[in-house]
Amino acid sequence: MGRKLDPTRKEKRGPGRKARKQRGAEVELARFLPPEPETGRKKLSSHGRKRAAKRRQAAGSGPAASGPLGAGGGGEERKPTVEEQLSPQKGKRAVKAAGQTARGRSGFSDGNSKWLAPAKAKKTQPKGNHVELSSDGEVKEGSWEMEEEDGSSEEMVDDYGASSSEEEELLPIEKAALKQKPDREGLSEDDSEEEEEEAEEASKQKMGQKKEEGPDLQLNLDIDEQFKLPTSEEIEKEAAEPLDLHVIHQRIQGNMEVLQDFGVKREEGRSRQEYLALLRRDMAAYYSYSDFLLTKLMDIFPLPELINFLEANEVPRPVTIRTNTLKTRRRDLAQALINRGVNLDPLGKWSKTGLVIYDSTVPVGATPEYLAGHYMLQGASSLLPVMALAPQENERILDMCCAPGGKTSYIAQLMKNTGMILANDSSAERLRSVVGNLHRLGVTNAVVSNCDGRQFPKVVGGFDRALLDAPCSGTGVISKDPAVKTNKDEKDIQRCAHLQKELILSAIDSVNAASETGGYIVYCTCSIMVEENECVVDYALKKRNVRLVATGLDFGKEGFTRFKDRRFHPSLKSTRRFYPHTHNMDGFFIAKFKKFSNALPQAQKDEEPAVETAAPSTVPDTVITEPLPKKKKLEESKADKEQKLPQPALKKKCSSQAQRRPLKAARPFPKMMRPKVPARKKKHRVKANGQ
Amino acid sequence: MRPLTEAETRAVFEKLGKYLVAPGTCFGKFTKSQKFRLSVTALDFLAPYAKYKVWVKPGSEQSFLYGNHVLKSGLGRITENTAQYQGVVVYSMADVPLGFGVAAKSTQECRKVDPLAIVVFHQADVGEYVRNEETLT
Repeated sequence: MGRKLDPTRKEKRGPGRKARKQRGAEVELARFLPPEPETGRKKLSSHGRKRAAKRRQAAGSGPAASGPLGAGGGGEERKPTVEEQLSPQKGKRAVKAAGQTARGRSGFSDGNSKWLAPAKAKKTQPKGNHVELSSDGEVKEGSWEMEEEDGSSEEMVDDYGASSSEEEELLPIEKAALKQKPDREGLSEDDSEEEEEEAEEASKQKMGQKKEEGPDLQLNLDIDEQFKLPTSEEIEKEAAEPLDLHVIHQRIQGNMEVLQDFGVKREEGRSRQEYLALLRRDMAAYYSYSDFLLTKLMDIFPLPELINFLEANEVPRPVTIRTNTLKTRRRDLAQALINRGVNLDPLGKWSKTGLVIYDSTVPVGATPEYLAGHYMLQGASSLLPVMALAPQENERILDMCCAPGGKTSYIAQLMKNTGMILANDSSAERLRSVVGNLHRLGVTNAVVSNCDGRQFPKVVGGFDRALLDAPCSGTGVISKDPAVKTNKDEKDIQRCAHLQKELILSAIDSVNAASETGGYIVYCTCSIMVEENECVVDYALKKRNVRLVATGLDFGKEGFTRFKDRRFHPSLKSTRRFYPHTHNMDGFFIAKFKKFSNALPQAQKDEEPAVETAAPSTVPDTVITEPLPKKKKLEESKADKEQKLPQPALKKKCSSQAQRRPLKAARPFPKMMRPKVPARKKKHRVKANGQ
Repeated sequence: MRPLTEAETRAVFEKLGKYLVAPGTCFGKFTKSQKFRLSVTALDFLAPYAKYKVWVKPGSEQSFLYGNHVLKSGLGRITENTAQYQGVVVYSMADVPLGFGVAAKSTQECRKVDPLAIVVFHQADVGEYVRNEETLT
């Protein structure tokens, strides 16, 4: 009954329902884009040829070939057909179809002819520039301006009605330039705001759009836009209204430009301080910082860099992971993760274990590889202090503030699970994650303890190396914790600095200067404040027999040797600073010390232990004053015995080798236990002085 | 040096316990009735010596890591001659150890049983590092 489907017989299908609506981009654009008649006789379409002909005719350069001219007449007829076809879209055009005149020659052919009058004189304008505007998307308006291309802007009142007022403020040369792009006027007027920066706004946009046109236009605009400090009334008005971030942002940029070139661009009678104060207020409002923090940052960074820093803090740093070389290789891990759908790349030339993750279909912290302990989620900057520390196999390392255990596990993997690491943290809760991570990653040489870092070396000392990742204000990781922007003030910074100074002295004291392979302390913070970084390092240099050595990191900014009114030791050049906006990693500071003597410097003569070996490298044995010499052979302690015969306590110590490793908190500090030997003391004092 | 007596050992470790949180790797814990329960942290040490292994298909890897038992449909391979209720180590197909289990069925029975039957009881898995971080040790 019905029609039988015959698959072998194909029905020819005509154009569908939608085929008529649009005829394709080329056709549409060809209506706006003028062909370039001068450039090497490009092959034009029939439309193009006709229009070129019309233009040549209009330019008065004599009739073109009769073909186009004849076609010009035909072109006029062509127009209605074109427009009729497109009439659903272009209502305006349809109007035009009624009374046909040559385009723009003797008045306009549409309903606007009453008030639109083409300029007589200026018919030789190059019209090639219209190409750019039409791609703006403002097709309709642009096309209108196109029709009136010969009209001069000042005589014409365009659709927005606000044309002429703009022009009068401009210099004559600008007007000439502007005639080339009458449409742009229309666009920029549309966008300008009703604030005192209106001129600035419009000219800024003009600047942005006209960048291609050449430097001479640029100069005119620069003179024109003058950044004006808001008057007190304006400030009050703004305070009453809700914040307009766009306005503030524009004002920041304007202010920065003035400050860059202050002599030229300043307003008379206004001091630099006023500009700076305004800038500070605006940045605090725009980026949500407290005034205190912003002042500190303005001291550290020059202004353009400051903007970059603030912008970088709004954006999170890329996720990075560290391969656990105890269980897998970076190549294999990368392959396995790629198979799971993770998009990653090696971190950089400076790291053999790091990988940066761009995006991933699976949660990176929950893959089976993660659970099997093949990698650890860790920030890129956290790899640096361990690389600087360079732990060797079979050493004793102290990690004073280890939670959550990323650096500790990296140390362990560099040592290949040999030696011993004492992973300490003062917070018991955070230690749980340390334990979990160490178990997961298969670290077997770590001992986890829960002491206040300042108790070292009383608890146990005599380490080969120490790593102190001190608790800090966190100003380098604002992108992770935006609360830092507002909740830090002077007291917080000072409290952190005080704690850091105590901790660094304890760390230095816990390391044995006479260790064969070590004697290094690495101090690092995730903060960029000078009070927490350079000041603490300088303090340590003054209070202990240490010196700064190169970190071994070949990138990163050098630490400050002077800052505002403070002067630091010149060796601070070997410390390194890292910033989010320059290195795309969290803000960090790293300093590496070498301890050259276990003695305490002059200021603490009273507590100076009875006997010490001052020269680190010549005498390989350990120093008695250190409560826990390394687990060495008895020969060494015998050598000590020779030196310090009247030391009965020493013998006791040597025999307790087995107990050296566990903590000796029960015992009083050995220093106080040992009887003093005045004669010896003097001799060694000389030595200490000689240092 | 002679080995320490019971009392001395107790004294030393109790003192250590005051200061140290985790000296070494925890294998497991003793229950109140003195039974010893292995925890997943012992996996790295036991896995190389495992005599009876079970490999799990990629699809049901996640399910095991969430703490579920292994069904026949998720079973990839199993060592020959596994007895019933034998302790096994569970691996992924890429030979990554995932955890411990107990064979619910012997190898022969595994072949015959229907796809939804449990073949390995879950005991411990590496997912616990994330799920039970606080109670690990």
